[in-house]
Amino acid sequence: MHRAVMPRIGTAQAWRDAARQFLAAGIPPEAILWGDTSTAPDLFGDTGAVQAGGQVSVPRSFISMASTVVWHTDRERFARLYAFLWRLKGTPHLMTDRGDAELSRLRTMEKNVHRCQHKMKAFVRFREIGDPEAPRRSFAAWFEPTYHTIEPTSDFFVRRFSDMDWRILTPEVSVVFENGTLSFREGQEKPALPEDASEQLWITYFQNIFNPARLMVKAMQSEMPKKYWKNMPEAAFIPQMIADAPARARAMAEAAPSLPPARMAQVQAQLAAHQSAWEGPSGALAGEIVACTRCPLHCNATQAVPGEGPMDADLMIVGEQPGDQEDLSGRPFVGPAGQLFDQIAGQAGLDRGQAFVTNAVKHFKFTPRGKRRLHQRPNASEIQHCRWWLDAEITQVRPKLILGMGATAAEGLTGRRDAILSRRGKVEETPSRTPVLLTLHPSYLLRLPDPQAKADATAQFRDDLKAAVQMLA
Amino acid sequence: MAKQTVDQKLAILSDAAKYDASCASSGSTKRDSRDGKGLGSNEGSGICHAYAPDGRCISLLKILMTNFCIYDCSYCINRASSNVARARFSVDEVVKLTIEFYRRNYIEGLFLSSGVIRSPDATMSDMVQIARKLRHEENFRGYIHLKTIPDAAPELIAEAGLLADRLSINVELPTDASVQQYAPEKKPDQIRKAMADFRLRKEVSKDKSHTGKRPPRFAPAGQSTQMIIGADGSNDAAILGQSTRLYSSYKLKRVYYSAFSPIPDSSSKLPLIRPPLQREHRLYQADWLLRFYDFQLDEITSVTADGNLDLEVDPKLAWALVHRAVFPLDVNRATREMLLRVPGFGVKTVNRILSTRRHRALRYEDLIRMGASMKKARSFITAGGWSPGGLTDSIDLRARFAPPPEQLTLF
Repeated sequence: MHRAVMPRIGTAQAWRDAARQFLAAGIPPEAILWGDTSTAPDLFGDTGAVQAGGQVSVPRSFISMASTVVWHTDRERFARLYAFLWRLKGTPHLMTDRGDAELSRLRTMEKNVHRCQHKMKAFVRFREIGDPEAPRRSFAAWFEPTYHTIEPTSDFFVRRFSDMDWRILTPEVSVVFENGTLSFREGQEKPALPEDASEQLWITYFQNIFNPARLMVKAMQSEMPKKYWKNMPEAAFIPQMIADAPARARAMAEAAPSLPPARMAQVQAQLAAHQSAWEGPSGALAGEIVACTRCPLHCNATQAVPGEGPMDADLMIVGEQPGDQEDLSGRPFVGPAGQLFDQIAGQAGLDRGQAFVTNAVKHFKFTPRGKRRLHQRPNASEIQHCRWWLDAEITQVRPKLILGMGATAAEGLTGRRDAILSRRGKVEETPSRTPVLLTLHPSYLLRLPDPQAKADATAQFRDDLKAAVQMLA
Repeated sequence: MAKQTVDQKLAILSDAAKYDASCASSGSTKRDSRDGKGLGSNEGSGICHAYAPDGRCISLLKILMTNFCIYDCSYCINRASSNVARARFSVDEVVKLTIEFYRRNYIEGLFLSSGVIRSPDATMSDMVQIARKLRHEENFRGYIHLKTIPDAAPELIAEAGLLADRLSINVELPTDASVQQYAPEKKPDQIRKAMADFRLRKEVSKDKSHTGKRPPRFAPAGQSTQMIIGADGSNDAAILGQSTRLYSSYKLKRVYYSAFSPIPDSSSKLPLIRPPLQREHRLYQADWLLRFYDFQLDEITSVTADGNLDLEVDPKLAWALVHRAVFPLDVNRATREMLLRVPGFGVKTVNRILSTRRHRALRYEDLIRMGASMKKARSFITAGGWSPGGLTDSIDLRARFAPPPEQLTLF
């Protein structure tokens, strides 16, 4: 029979070393007695070294689990871990079998320790014990953890509070961090820590952030169990807060609405002055488009996207509607379709900077799908409503030629809803007799799956752009 | 008036901040102060340092810089026409409070909001100054959440995003019409534009330059918003519709739902009937189903006739009760997508089922050990040693989960 006694400080490493030796030497679980410093020494045990064996390899997920479970208070924890490790030798996939009774039990213990660690991070309350003006300030806390969580959790406090000295005192093991060095000591009795003025401010905060109109005591207690209350300064006030809550909530509900204070008139005058500064100059087309609420599309889109470019351009380019990127940035043709357009226009010798670029519909129409927005084609009524703006832009710019891209633009410009593929490359007219050269929409090119069809359509699109350049030459 | 002490100001300005639901401190970059040159760390997951008796977590020092406000939003305790006591913190007072609370391990950081004073720019610039002082003078590496003011200057928002972990703007109410009615000075289109601008800035900050250098991260914990539930007449379908649009358009990390709560000194414009807190809870559950369980909006909201969620049973169970034809599912064969639709199975349970059934067939007891809530799930699944028999199609299945009917009171 072998005996392995785990120390209170450094337990994780000690268990790991011992388990590795036993496993390498092929010693089965039933031949080992595990204990910690609280276990009575066993007469039949043998603490001597075991014969060194060969290499052992253990799944990483087990090591991570074991280095948490060792901090549990269950007397059997070391033995349970080793027994499971023994089984794991032949069946490494056992770690992924969450239905296995023994693994499930170890995972539950792991979860308990993690929760205890988490609560320690949350509920330790420091008090200042040194001079607040000193270059390195000094704090101390008294805490009573449920499991042996001081050692594995201390690194959290090092990461967080390295520019000050601190100590967390507990009945079992205390941790001291001084001048950048961490050390563990024996536990101690609860000390008397000096009063701390910030504690009163914290209590004030705790009492006032509480909303008496929505009392949910159970929800509070499941996350902040009563066993922690005695070491939390604010918890002493909880019973009174609960007792007063119903009366406070009733008083709020019963209080009659009051008259506004005298300064209200002054505030409103200030507000009116402030607001007028935010309105754009009246009459500007772009400003009016942005404020458009003619159809319901404005409810869901971020903003309307007015056209942009020289107001005396010879060429006007009309697309379908803003996309995801245009909707966010408020500028037309900046998304993927706009980039493809720029690329092909470059090949065709068309300078976009010389043209007035806009869309037939000014708001982005989409349906949310998960975390993305899927583009939706505007319907006839939406195109009709937005035609008002498109006509206004045409009247202002007075282009010699309009390049209409895609079916929506064709419909907005000519009023006809016929298929675009049979109309592309031909010149039609707007009701106000401006010539309209129809072509495909660049996003159509982006969506074509077949590379050959894509190349053909791109060539057609390029030809149409070249035709537009020639017509203006 | 006598000069207020910090304690009095803290009482007024934390009381004024409690109607903001968010107190999250998670999802930011990992950082620490192991080098001894700063204070604070961020671990990725948040920590709730205390819980108030209203069941809400206290993770951050959640305060207003001031509760003076030139706006008159009728649902808000700090509206211009309210007679509530007013106070204002100086920049140094907020910085000192944050640092002293943090050193005593009371908080994870600061959530700073403010009423609008003088002008949106002036207010925002004071808030940015607080964040700048915390980061650059105190070397504070904890969490900072700033509530931005929609019409503040873009440079201020840009700087706020570099200093803070999270920025937020409240959309306040689910529809544009109700914002116009209850918060006449707020402009829904301006709020959306501010959110769009945030998403663009964040996307730009992800692009590496040609030398491979990364620009400083912009608000690494993303943006969030809050909607007040029950102050206007919107049904749950409208509310969830608004939040799916916000999630998809602006990549929000969270939409918070806050059941309208009676406030001291209320405005006569509001219906003072308090909505059930359960409604808020159901909305959060539905929100989770939409984001993590692949449910579509109309699947959740089409279950009831009036577009409101069922208050008695959770939305997933409500969906399953209406779609019993697809159940019972065999846990040993069903796809991941379908397993996620079983009431009582969470994402973790489903992952455990999938990893275990690669090696062996699952039995009923296995599911209990995997953390499934079998009280709900058992009517909808078959497993080794378990078949629900007629349970799935029984008429009283809903009654097994819903609370017992209550006798209406006559008085």
